[in-house]
Amino acid sequence: MALISSTSPHTTVSNNTGAFMRQVIYATLPGLAVLTWQFGWGTVINVLWAVVVALVSEALILKARGRPVAFYLKDYSAVLTAVLLALALPPTSPWWLTLIGVSFAIIVAKQLYGGLGMNPFNPAMVGYVLLLISFPVAMTQWIAPGEAPSLVQSWQLFTGQLPVDGLSGATPLDTFRTLHSSGAGNESELASHGILHGQFAGLGWEWVNLAFLLGGLYLISRKIITWHIPVGFLAGLALPALVAWLIDPVRFADPMFQILSGGAMLGAFFIATDPVSAATSRSGRLIYAALIGVLIWVIRSFGGYPDAVAFSVLLLNLCAPFIDYYTQPRTYGHDKPNRGTQS
Amino acid sequence: MIRTLFRSRSRKIYDFHGGIHPPERKDLSNGTAIAAGPLPSQLILPLNMHIGAPAKPLVEPGERVLKGQMIAEPSGAVSAAIHAPTSGTVSAIGPRAIQHPSGMDAICIVIDTDGKDEWIERAGVADYTELSPGELVDTIRHAGIAGMGGAGFPTSIKVNLGDHQRVEELVINAVECEPYITADDRLMRERAAEIIAGIHILQYLLNPRRTLIGIEDNKPDAISAIKRACKGCDIEVRVVPTKYPSGGEKQLIQLLTGKEVKSGQLPAQVGVVCQNVGTAYAIKRAVIDGEPLLSRVTTLTGEGVRQPGNFEVLLGTPIRDLLVHGGVDPDNIGRLVMGGPMMGFTLHNPAVPVVKTTNCIIAATLEELPEPPPEQPCIRCGSCADVCPANLLPQQLYWHAKNDDLEKAQHHNLMDCIECGACAYVCPSHIPLVQYYRYAKAEVRQQAADQVKADKARQRFEARQARIDAEKAEKEARRQARLEANRKKKTETASAPTVDTAALKQASLEASKAYKAAVKAAKAAEADNADNLDALKADVDRLKAIADKAKAAVRDAKEAGPAAAPAEDIVGKLKKQVGDASSAYKTAVKAAKDAEANGDDNAAELRAKADELKAAADKLKAELRDAKANAPATPATAPQVDPVADLKKQVGDVSSAYKAAVKAAKEAEENGADNAAELRSQADELKAKADQLKADLRDAKANAPATPAPAPAAAPADPLADLKKKVGEVSSAYKAAVKAAKEADENGADNAAELCAEADRLKAEADHWKAELREAKASAPAPAAPKTPPAPTDTPKAPETEAPQALTAVDPEVAAKRQKRLKALKTAYNMAHKQYKEAHAALERGERNGDIPAEELNAMQQKVDKLKGKADVARDALDALVEEAKADIRAHTGKDLKTLKLEAARAESALADKQRELEQQRDSASEDTLEALSSELQALEAEAQIARKALKQAVEEQGLQD
Amino acid sequence: MTAVLIAVAALLALAAVFGAVLGFASEKFKVEGDPIVDQIDSLLPQTQCGQCGHPGCRPYAEAIAEGEEHNRCPPGGQDTVDALTDLLGRDELTLDDEGAEDADIPKVAYIREDECIGCTKCIQACPVDAIVGAAKLMHTVIVDECTGCDLCVEPCPVDCIDMVEVQPTLQTWGWNRPAGIGQRPDSRIEVVNL
Repeated sequence: MALISSTSPHTTVSNNTGAFMRQVIYATLPGLAVLTWQFGWGTVINVLWAVVVALVSEALILKARGRPVAFYLKDYSAVLTAVLLALALPPTSPWWLTLIGVSFAIIVAKQLYGGLGMNPFNPAMVGYVLLLISFPVAMTQWIAPGEAPSLVQSWQLFTGQLPVDGLSGATPLDTFRTLHSSGAGNESELASHGILHGQFAGLGWEWVNLAFLLGGLYLISRKIITWHIPVGFLAGLALPALVAWLIDPVRFADPMFQILSGGAMLGAFFIATDPVSAATSRSGRLIYAALIGVLIWVIRSFGGYPDAVAFSVLLLNLCAPFIDYYTQPRTYGHDKPNRGTQS
Repeated sequence: MIRTLFRSRSRKIYDFHGGIHPPERKDLSNGTAIAAGPLPSQLILPLNMHIGAPAKPLVEPGERVLKGQMIAEPSGAVSAAIHAPTSGTVSAIGPRAIQHPSGMDAICIVIDTDGKDEWIERAGVADYTELSPGELVDTIRHAGIAGMGGAGFPTSIKVNLGDHQRVEELVINAVECEPYITADDRLMRERAAEIIAGIHILQYLLNPRRTLIGIEDNKPDAISAIKRACKGCDIEVRVVPTKYPSGGEKQLIQLLTGKEVKSGQLPAQVGVVCQNVGTAYAIKRAVIDGEPLLSRVTTLTGEGVRQPGNFEVLLGTPIRDLLVHGGVDPDNIGRLVMGGPMMGFTLHNPAVPVVKTTNCIIAATLEELPEPPPEQPCIRCGSCADVCPANLLPQQLYWHAKNDDLEKAQHHNLMDCIECGACAYVCPSHIPLVQYYRYAKAEVRQQAADQVKADKARQRFEARQARIDAEKAEKEARRQARLEANRKKKTETASAPTVDTAALKQASLEASKAYKAAVKAAKAAEADNADNLDALKADVDRLKAIADKAKAAVRDAKEAGPAAAPAEDIVGKLKKQVGDASSAYKTAVKAAKDAEANGDDNAAELRAKADELKAAADKLKAELRDAKANAPATPATAPQVDPVADLKKQVGDVSSAYKAAVKAAKEAEENGADNAAELRSQADELKAKADQLKADLRDAKANAPATPAPAPAAAPADPLADLKKKVGEVSSAYKAAVKAAKEADENGADNAAELCAEADRLKAEADHWKAELREAKASAPAPAAPKTPPAPTDTPKAPETEAPQALTAVDPEVAAKRQKRLKALKTAYNMAHKQYKEAHAALERGERNGDIPAEELNAMQQKVDKLKGKADVARDALDALVEEAKADIRAHTGKDLKTLKLEAARAESALADKQRELEQQRDSASEDTLEALSSELQALEAEAQIARKALKQAVEEQGLQD
Repeated sequence: MTAVLIAVAALLALAAVFGAVLGFASEKFKVEGDPIVDQIDSLLPQTQCGQCGHPGCRPYAEAIAEGEEHNRCPPGGQDTVDALTDLLGRDELTLDDEGAEDADIPKVAYIREDECIGCTKCIQACPVDAIVGAAKLMHTVIVDECTGCDLCVEPCPVDCIDMVEVQPTLQTWGWNRPAGIGQRPDSRIEVVNL
C-alpha cells in the first residue's frame, strides 16, 4: 500500500492559477461588449486573433526553453495578456499590428524574463507601448463613437483592405488635448465639442469605462483582486484632477471625465492589478496604484500623449520592488516592521 | 459603573491578522462518546514524547512493570517522566519508529502487556491546597505531564515561573481550531468538572489575575458544558469565532487579551500562561487521583475509518492497533496523518505509537485529501499575505527561500513563521510554501550551527598555533642560553689539552658519508634488481660498522678530552690510560681504514685489533667512571650545591614517581581494576607537578649565574643509563667482531678462529651486561633516569623496556616445540593440498574428456572431496597453531607482532633522525650538544638494535616468517 | 592678464580649501574597517584543513591578501570562491579542488579504537586539537570539534582512521527543498505492517 507523504497542510483550496486567470477574462466581457457596441466588431476580431497569436507564441517559446508546454498553457496567463492587449488596441487595428504587439508581449516581455511570475513589467503594456512608439498613427486612430462600422467593414479593416481614414475620428481625450495644445481652449469652444459631453463624461467612452468598472467589481466580489489597487488608482487620478479643475475648469478636465475616459477603468481594475508586476503588500499596493493614477493625470494634463495608462503602469512596475521594501507590514511580535533593504 | 465599563472592555474579543476557514469535518467524529481504546499486545514508549531532553530509563529489559510505575525519569530541567500505561514486561529498550516527519527511529521502551492491568499503589491528594506549590510542581513533573495540545512542552516548566513573574492571565486553550479534531470537544462535553478542577489547581499554582477559557463557537455543547461546570467560580468562558488558526498559542492570547508575545519570547514574558484543556484534565488526574499520564483522548477520523470517534488510548499504542480497532480498510486510505490536516505530519509507518501529543489520527481516502497538484509559478497574488496570522509576506519568503537567499528571508522574519499552513492552503499555484519555509529554517539553523563550529575551530586552531610557537620560542631560547654557556666555558678551558677531536670528527663524517652513499647505492640496486645486491648490502653493513666505530671514537675522544682537565691521582691516572688506549685504538682504526681502502688482506685483522683496543679503552673508561663516582667530592662538583641541582633532583624524583604511577595505572587498566581511573588521575597530577618543576628548573637555569655547566662526568650517575650504554657498546663491539671474524673466515685468514673466540667472549660479555641491565631495571623503582642537563628534554622516549622482557618471557622450549609442529603441519597441509589439486585436476580432466565411467567419476569426486576435507583440516590446524603462536606472543609481550614491528620501525626512524641531527650540528653546534647528541644516538642505536632483535627473534621463534 | 591671474589664484585657493576639507574629513571620519585579512578569514570555512597548502585558514587568508589565488579551498566550495571574488574584486576563478568532489558532504574522523596503537601521530596532525589520547593509549576523536579536514588520516601508521559521513539525527534533520515548479510536492511511501 502506498500512502502520500507530504508536508503539511494536507488540504488546499480547490482553485488554481488557471481559474484565477479565467475569472479575470470573464470579467472583461462587459467591457468587450460595450466596445463592440460603440466601435464595431474590430475589437472582438482582434481579441480572438490575439488569443491565437498568444497561444502559438507561448507554445513555441516554451518549447524553445524546454519547458512543459501543456502545463504552462493551462494557466491561461498568455490568453489573459492577449485579451488585455487587444482590448487596449484601437478597433481599427490591422492583423499585423496585433501580431507584433502580442508576440512581443509574450516572447520578450514575459518569457524572456523567465515566464509567468518572473516578468517585472506588465507584458500587455510592454506590447502596447512598443506599438504606440513604433506605429503612432495606427495606434491613435479610433472610430468616432456611435459610428460603429459593420462586421464586414471591421473585417476589411482587420485585413487592411479598407483604409482607416474614412472611418476614424478623435477620442474625447484627443479632442481635449488638441484644444489645449492649439492654445485655443476656452469655455465656449469646449462646449461646442459634443464628444466631450456624454451623459457623465466623454461620449461613448463613458459606457466603455462603466462596463469595465462593472467587471472590476465582479473581480473584487470574487476576491480575485483586492480593492487596494483600483481605489488607489482612481483616487490618485481623481484627486489631483479635482483640485486642478476647481482652480481652472477650462484648462483642466473634471475628475469624472478623467476616470471615465480612455483606459482609466481598464487600467484600474485589469492592468494595474496584474499581481506579478505590482507591489505586494497592501499599503504598498495603495501607494503603487495611487502613483499610477497621479502619473496618468500628469501625463494627460501636461504630457505629449493623450492617454498614459501604459506608460504609468510600466514606470510604477519599475518601482514596485522598491515600494515593497518600504511597505513591509509589521510582523506579529515585532515592534516595528523591517523596512528598507537592510536589516 | 467603572467596574461594568472595565468588564465590558475586558470581555472584548480581539482579532488577529489573516486566518482561513477550511472545511471543518468535525461532525465525522464528534457524534459519539469517548470510547476505550484497544489494549495492544505491545506498547512502544519513546523516551522523547515531549520537547526537551529524553527521559532516562529506569527499567531493564525483562523487568515486570505495573500500571502507573515510572519507567523513565525526567533528565534535566526540560523533561518529563514516562510511566507504564498498563502492567506487563519490558521486552526491549531500543530504536523504534517514532512520531517524527523524518520517519527516523529513536530509543523507545517496549512493554509486552499481560492484560491484567495491575495498578501500582496510587496516592492521590483530595485537597491539593495541602501541598505547597513546589510539591505540586514536582507531582506534575513526575506524573510526566507535557502539553497535550500538540507541542508537548513539559508542563512543570510552564507552571513554575518563580516569584518574580506575575501572571496576569491564565489562558486555557479549548479552541481546537484544526479541522477534523474533536478530542478536546468531547473531553469538555463529558468531563467538564474534572477539567475545571484541573484549572483550579493551575490557578492555585500560578495565582493569575484572570482565568480565561477560549472556545470556538462551533462547539456549542462544549461551551454550555464548561459554562455549567464553572458556574460560580472566577473562570471566564470566552467564545471566539471559528477561524483557523485561533488555537495557536500566540493567536489565542491575542484574541483574548489583545497582547502580542514578542518575537522570540514566551507568553510568560507578557504575563500570560497558556495551557491546553487536555493538560488541565491530566493535571487533575495526576494530583487528585494520583494517576500519572498514561493515556489520552485521541480522535480517530477520516473517511477511511468505519467507526470514527474519540478513544481513550494508552500511550504507546501503535497506530496500527488503533486503526484496526476503529475499522480501517487499508486499501481504502490514501494518507495517514498524525495531528490535524493543517499542521500534522504524514506517517511513514503504522507502527508509530500514540504519544502524549497525539490528538488526532486521520486515515483519509484519496478523494478526501487528494494528492496535491503540481507546483505552479507564483503569480504574487498576495492571497497568502492576506491569510498569514503572523502578518508576514509569504510570497517574498518563498522567493528568497527558493533562491537560498537566507539573509533576505530572515530580513522578512522567516523565523516568526508558525508553519500554520494557511498560506499554502490558499495558494492558487499550490506551492508547498510551508515546506519551503521549513527547508529555509533548517538551513538557517544549520548555518548558525556551522558558524558556531567554525568559530570554535578557529579558536582552537589559534590556541594550538600559539602553543606551538611558544614551545618553539622556548626551545630556541634554551639553545641560545646553552650556546652562551658553552662559549664561556670554551674561553675558560681553552688551554685544556684537547685530543685531536677535529680529525676524529672529520673521520667520522667521512665514514658516515661513505655509509650513506652505500645505502643509497644499495637501495638503487634493490630498485633495479641488480645482481650484486648482496655484495652491496654487505658493503653497507661494513661501512656502517666503520661509521659507528668512528662515531664512537669521536665520542670517546670527547669524553676523554674535557674529563682529563681536572685530573688528579687515580682518576687522573686512569684518564691518562684511557687517553692512551683511545689513541691507540684510533691509530688502529686509521690503519684498518687505510688497509681497507687499499684492499689489503689484513684489514680485517687490523680492525679486529682496533676493536680489541676499543674494548680495552672501554674497560678503562668504565673503571674511570667508577673511580670518579667513588672519589670524594672533587672540586668540579663542589659548586653543585645550588638550587638548580636541588631542582633537578626533585624533577628526577617526581618524574620517576610519575612514571611509576603511569605504569601502575596502565597495569590497573589492563587488569580492569576499578581504581584505574584514580591511578591515572594521580599520574596526571604527578605529571603536572613534574612539568611545573621542569619549568622551574629551566627558569632557575636561565637565572643561574653563568657558572660553567657541571661537568658531565660529575652528573649524578645513573646505573641504568650506564648499563644501557655499556650494553650498547659491548653489543656493537660484538657485532663488529663477528663481522670481522666472518670476513676473516671468508678470506681464509689465519686468525679467524681467534677472532671467533674474541666474538664469543664479547657476546658473553654483552649477555652479561644485558642480564644486569634487566635486573637493574626490574629492581629499579624508576625505570628511567633523569636526563643529563645538556640533553634536550624532548628526546623521543624509547620504546625499550618491554621487548627484551618479552623475549625472555617466551619459553624457548614451547617455542621450539611449536616450531616443529608448525613445520610438520605445513608439510601435511602442503601435501594434502597437492593431492587434492591433483585429484581435482584428474576429475576435471575426466569430466571434460567424458571417457571415464560415471561410477569412477563419482569415486573420484568422493576422493577429491575427501582430500579437500583433509587439506582443510590441515589448514585449519595450521591456522589455529599460527593463531596460538600469535596469541602466545601477545600474552607474553602484551603486544602483537604488528606492534613489535612498529616499535622496531619507530626506533629505526628515531635513530635515523638523530643521526641526521648529529650530522647537521656537527659543525655548528657546541661540543656539549654534540656530546649529548652522540650519547643519545648511542642509546637510540642500542634501542633500535634491541627492537630489531626482539622482532626478529619473536618472528623466528614462532616460525611465522611466512 | 590680471583676470587670468585672478582666475588662477581663485582656483588655487579653492583647491587648497577643498583639499584641506577632504584631508580633515578623511582623518576625522576615518573608518576603522576590518583589515582585509580578517574579512577573508571570516569567509573561509575554518576547517583548518591545510588543503590550500597553508597551515590553517588564517595563514591562507594572509596569503590571499598578498596575492595568492583564492580558489584553493575545497571545503569552502565554489561559494567561498565566489564570495572571495566579490570581496576582493578579482577575476572569477573556479575551485581548484583536484578531485575532491565529495567535499560538501560533511564528515568527521572516526578512530577504530581497537586498532589504534597510540602513536600520537594523528594528535600532532590535528589542526584543532580534536583528538585526545596519550602515547601507547588509544586515541579518540571529539566529534563535536572535528572539522572533517582528514589531515589525521594520512599520518596514521595502522590506517585505523576513517572519515565517516555525518548522519542526520532527529535534532539536525530538516525538510528538503521542494522539487520545484511543475513537480508534485509529495512522494509515495510504501507502508508495510498495516
